[in-house]
Amino acid sequence: MPSIKINGRDIEVEEGLTVLQACEEAGVEIPRFCYHERLSIAGNCRMCLVEMEPSPKPIASCAMPINDGMVIHTDTDLVKKAREGVMEFLLINHPLDCPICDQGGECDLQDQAMGYGLDKSRFLESKRAVKNKYLGPLVSTIMTRCIHCTRCIRFAQEIAGVPELGATGRGENMEVGTYVEKALSSELSGNLVDLCPVGALTSKPYEFKARSWELVKTQSIDVFDAMGSNIRIDSRGSEVMRVLPRINNSINEEWISDKTRHACDGLGRQRLDRPYVRRNGKLEEESWDGVLSVIAEKMINTSPKRMAAIAGDLVDCESLVSLKDLMQTLGCNNLDCRQDSGAFGNPRSSYIFNSGIKGIDRADVILLIGCNPRWEAPVLNARIRKQYLNGAIIGVIGPEFDLTFPFEHLSPDLKEIKNMLEHPSEFSDKLAKARRPMLVLGSGALAREDGEAILGAARDLAERVNIVNSEWNGFNVLQRAASRVGGLDLGFVPKTNKDLGTREILRAAEKKEIDVIYLLGSDEIEMDRLGDAFVIYQGHHGDAGAHRADAILPGAAYTEKNGTYVNLEGRCQRALRAVFPPGEAKEDWAIIRALSERIGKKLPFDNLLQVRERMSEVNPIFSNVNKISEASWGEFGSRGEIKDSEFIQPIENFYMTDVISRASATMAECTEVALAKKEKAA
Amino acid sequence: MLKDNDRIFTNLYGHSERFLSGARLRGDWEGTGNLIKKGKESIINEIKESGLRGRGGAGFSTGLKWSFMPKDVGERPHYLVINADEGEPGTCKDREIMRHEPHKLLEGCLLAGFAMGAHVAYIYVRGEFYREIEVLQHAINEAYDADLIGDNACNSGWKFDVYVHRGSGAYICGEETALIESLEGKKGQPRLKPPFPANAGLYGCPTTVNNVESIAVVPEILRRGASWFSGLGRPNNTGTKLFNISGHVEQPCTVEEEMSIPLRELIEKHAGGVRGGWNNLLAVIPGGASVPVLPRKLCDNVLMDFDSLAEVKSGLGTAAVMVMDKSTDIVAAIARLSAFYKHESCGQCTPCREGTGWMYRMMERMVTGDAKIEEIDLLEEVTKQVEGHTICALGDAAAWPIQGLIRHFRPEMEDRISQFKSTKVA
Amino acid sequence: MNKVIDGEMGLDSFSFSSQNKDLAEVEIAKYPEGRKASAVMPLLELAQRQNGGWLSRAAMDYVAETLDMPFIKVYEVATFYTMYNLKKVGKFHVQVCTNLPCWLRGSDQVVDACKNQLNISFGETSEDAMFTLTEVECLGACVNAPMMQVNDDYYEDLNEVSTKSILSELASGNSPKPGSQIDRKSCEPIGGLTSLIQQSKEAIESK
Repeated sequence: MPSIKINGRDIEVEEGLTVLQACEEAGVEIPRFCYHERLSIAGNCRMCLVEMEPSPKPIASCAMPINDGMVIHTDTDLVKKAREGVMEFLLINHPLDCPICDQGGECDLQDQAMGYGLDKSRFLESKRAVKNKYLGPLVSTIMTRCIHCTRCIRFAQEIAGVPELGATGRGENMEVGTYVEKALSSELSGNLVDLCPVGALTSKPYEFKARSWELVKTQSIDVFDAMGSNIRIDSRGSEVMRVLPRINNSINEEWISDKTRHACDGLGRQRLDRPYVRRNGKLEEESWDGVLSVIAEKMINTSPKRMAAIAGDLVDCESLVSLKDLMQTLGCNNLDCRQDSGAFGNPRSSYIFNSGIKGIDRADVILLIGCNPRWEAPVLNARIRKQYLNGAIIGVIGPEFDLTFPFEHLSPDLKEIKNMLEHPSEFSDKLAKARRPMLVLGSGALAREDGEAILGAARDLAERVNIVNSEWNGFNVLQRAASRVGGLDLGFVPKTNKDLGTREILRAAEKKEIDVIYLLGSDEIEMDRLGDAFVIYQGHHGDAGAHRADAILPGAAYTEKNGTYVNLEGRCQRALRAVFPPGEAKEDWAIIRALSERIGKKLPFDNLLQVRERMSEVNPIFSNVNKISEASWGEFGSRGEIKDSEFIQPIENFYMTDVISRASATMAECTEVALAKKEKAA
Repeated sequence: MLKDNDRIFTNLYGHSERFLSGARLRGDWEGTGNLIKKGKESIINEIKESGLRGRGGAGFSTGLKWSFMPKDVGERPHYLVINADEGEPGTCKDREIMRHEPHKLLEGCLLAGFAMGAHVAYIYVRGEFYREIEVLQHAINEAYDADLIGDNACNSGWKFDVYVHRGSGAYICGEETALIESLEGKKGQPRLKPPFPANAGLYGCPTTVNNVESIAVVPEILRRGASWFSGLGRPNNTGTKLFNISGHVEQPCTVEEEMSIPLRELIEKHAGGVRGGWNNLLAVIPGGASVPVLPRKLCDNVLMDFDSLAEVKSGLGTAAVMVMDKSTDIVAAIARLSAFYKHESCGQCTPCREGTGWMYRMMERMVTGDAKIEEIDLLEEVTKQVEGHTICALGDAAAWPIQGLIRHFRPEMEDRISQFKSTKVA
Repeated sequence: MNKVIDGEMGLDSFSFSSQNKDLAEVEIAKYPEGRKASAVMPLLELAQRQNGGWLSRAAMDYVAETLDMPFIKVYEVATFYTMYNLKKVGKFHVQVCTNLPCWLRGSDQVVDACKNQLNISFGETSEDAMFTLTEVECLGACVNAPMMQVNDDYYEDLNEVSTKSILSELASGNSPKPGSQIDRKSCEPIGGLTSLIQQSKEAIESK
């Protein structure tokens, strides 16, 4: 390991680091604006200048690779003067509008000006004014504040894969923007705001809403896809003001999707804040006592065979285990956590992303089957893109999408999986020869009638081309529902072949063979097929389920409860309550627990801890919080025929996939912009 | 004075045929194949020994620069890139080579390219030189037709292609890494170094960027020998050099002279002297806009070479001599250069993007005198804040002329300010 | 100056003439495979020439598509280099150098001559769309100062009279002789050669 001297102290550092990184390791702080560890090195802000012997000029530490024997100083007069000089240059044309700037209080420029700036301006000329740019409904621009660090340009090009931002013009007239007015076509555009070290790019929906220091910050987990992105929920009083990413290198690095970030305004609209019961065809407000009585009576008086429960995509594991236990206590096994009836198998490796999200960073050939990761998990898609840039070869079976990276489109038809099994193709050769081949199977493919056959064929292909071996399991299912893996882990599915899953429940209900259906946050099923059944809807938004419901139990959204979610790679994570549910709404497991008591089948837990103990009892993975539990390989899926049927894209509109995002005005605006773009292109 | 038979560019003024037939009469392409047969090492050594220093402004040893290229050609091809993006104010020497002696440049390309293992040379010519490019392209076509370049250049077995790439108006592309960026189809924004072009240049491949004049003198050096070249001028400042003499002289001209010729002799022998006589001289910028101005007293004895001009805190630069007589508003003259650097800053790095604008605006006020005396110190401090802190040398180039002005003409600046104050009071 | 609305940018469709298609191929062929973007500058120039001296947005987009480049990368290039005109220019683009060497030798008079003769200021185009006047930085003909460039040609060693006469000639459809406007071949001293005397004598004799 190379040894270098920093401020007179000898340290050994890893090969390949830059001077800036080495200084960080040595605990020496280096100010910077343009440098960002996840972006390419630009070296343009010049804030990170340090002294390197014997160079008479200071060097940009972010761009200088270390060499054995290097002597670096960061505390000399030369360095101090250089930093002060750069800081002054950055400030001369930066407006003094901190009091009205949304970045105020969390601004790199503000912070570093305190440390390295002069206390008064020597600049007597007129300041530069720059016209603002339109970048779509999420990112607001105040371009006069821009310090030209180009982080946003690099993010758009490198991470998001939409090279739409650039710096046009030159010299002091250089401006960052799209040149031609247009909304950014990225599902990750909100991250630009986090990356901007000043207030040039700010969050449009959050504009002028709050000051960072008046917000309560809660560490939590996202539910808008199955990644389990780590987030921070910033709230004031009862309102969620904004959602930001937390760094988790194993999951979302430091990015989140625009839906994760900006659907939060949907939390304040169309909320179910009190119980309702339908009387004479009309939903009427009801007390908790009243609604629980009505439901309890129904459930007590209905044969367990004629009852069913379906859980939706945003449901926490605590609620799932509670409802499962209640239904099973009643003798009902017609349960499903799969609104789309997606095929899965036993063992667990049949439904999770076995390589882990981080495994993508090691894959050299990736086969995407029947999925659009850009919409189903945008941050994961960015990770695949990163691996593409690192040299991975990508193939796609199924419909073609603009994934932000090029790929070999092998066939639009999922039957190609079988073809590959029977006749090795050029691409299956690439998989077989790869060191770490990976297969990503979309939830949309598994939701088809022939999902079992697709799952089986994919499994066989994985074995055939060495996707699964003793050191590596690249068989990955790309779930898109936050509740799915947890639901399957808890066994929220039909117990035997005779019990009904979602597909059968709907069929039976249509034939009036089901009398009571418990919808736990389930809104994405065909409500008009529920026949005459008495529908209980427990959830937080007045969406499809509530419209059809005969009784409504107002529950808590993900920001309003302490909940457990298992992400697509099988990692069990805890979300924390940031605000309380509105009105009379309650935490969901507690609602079920109360109902169970009313029914006379009281569930044996009184607090969250006990619910969680119960979860661990059902499946030990729930004791393994924040970690991935190894899943063993085995037989699953069927050897049936893959049909000719057309592939149906499970997500029609990325911005509106669930009750929260459908209630979000911001997501509605994004939808409109996306539609307009699509029309323009067509 | 340099003897005519020691002059390399014998058709500098275009009196003779510039194309191949004329070039051959002047000795171009004579025995080029045999020069190649001497081998790469020998060519590089000969150039090193000649003492040739880059003619584009920085004055780095040309032979040494070539020797930084990897010895063997690996998977990545080597490139020779010729910097013909001549744009340093005052400088117009490469233009004459391209339009009157194009074959010297092409022959030099082949020899240099061969020496560094390059099969391709791109000549990056500033786009405004439309007519010069027409000439150069015609010469390239001739050279291909005569098998002087191409698949078997000069019968040497070396494949060598030469392409012209036209610039489109950006002074910064004269910076070698900005030029490479531009050649790759991007904005001409200088790259961070390391890596240096010899390691990762054009398309990430080993690349050497040389000035037109540096390359065009190579064939003659190789034919006449390193000692002939190094015998001209002073040690460390050898050879002949094209000088551009512009401004307040009787006869502005471009001339090839011996390195280290006294500035006064250069002006008086070739440019007809300063307008109104040597005593009417106010100042000279001796090496293009980027080097600090010299007041008359320093011009009396200074020699036109790297070392002598460095001793008086200026530089040889591109050897573009801009002469200013006593009628010149020296503050306005330097302010004009500040405007130029502001206009040409690429905008990439902070000190240059912000500093060139700030310096320009202060200089504009210095011209009218609408400033405080202390602002002269502030201005100087700003130049120091830019100098040495930027990605490329444009920041330094913008700072130095102002530093030179303050160093030598501070009383004039102060007078201007006092005057402004008094007229305002009146 | 940077952001231009669609109306001004020209959204009419653009594609190369067949001759320019061939020329574009020649340019692209200069660069290694996979390095098509290197041809962006020559292609923009071709597009500008075909488009009457300026680059419409359609022309920039066409070049981007031809070279498989993101549009923004082409906009960046087109706005960085001064030779690309992003709005319409007159038939004659008069570009006067006012940098130091030209200024020292009277570029102010040249500028005044242009402004008076054409009745426009820098950055403007005459009403008849014949002339656009632009102030430019050093064009590299400093020993022939002051000078100006009109389209592809340099006019050197100018004064007020010669400047006006060139502009009049152009206006009346004639082709004034480019280069030095005084008795001078190129960059040699005006009063007589101080070097290469023998060479030039021989050259003249041989002609």
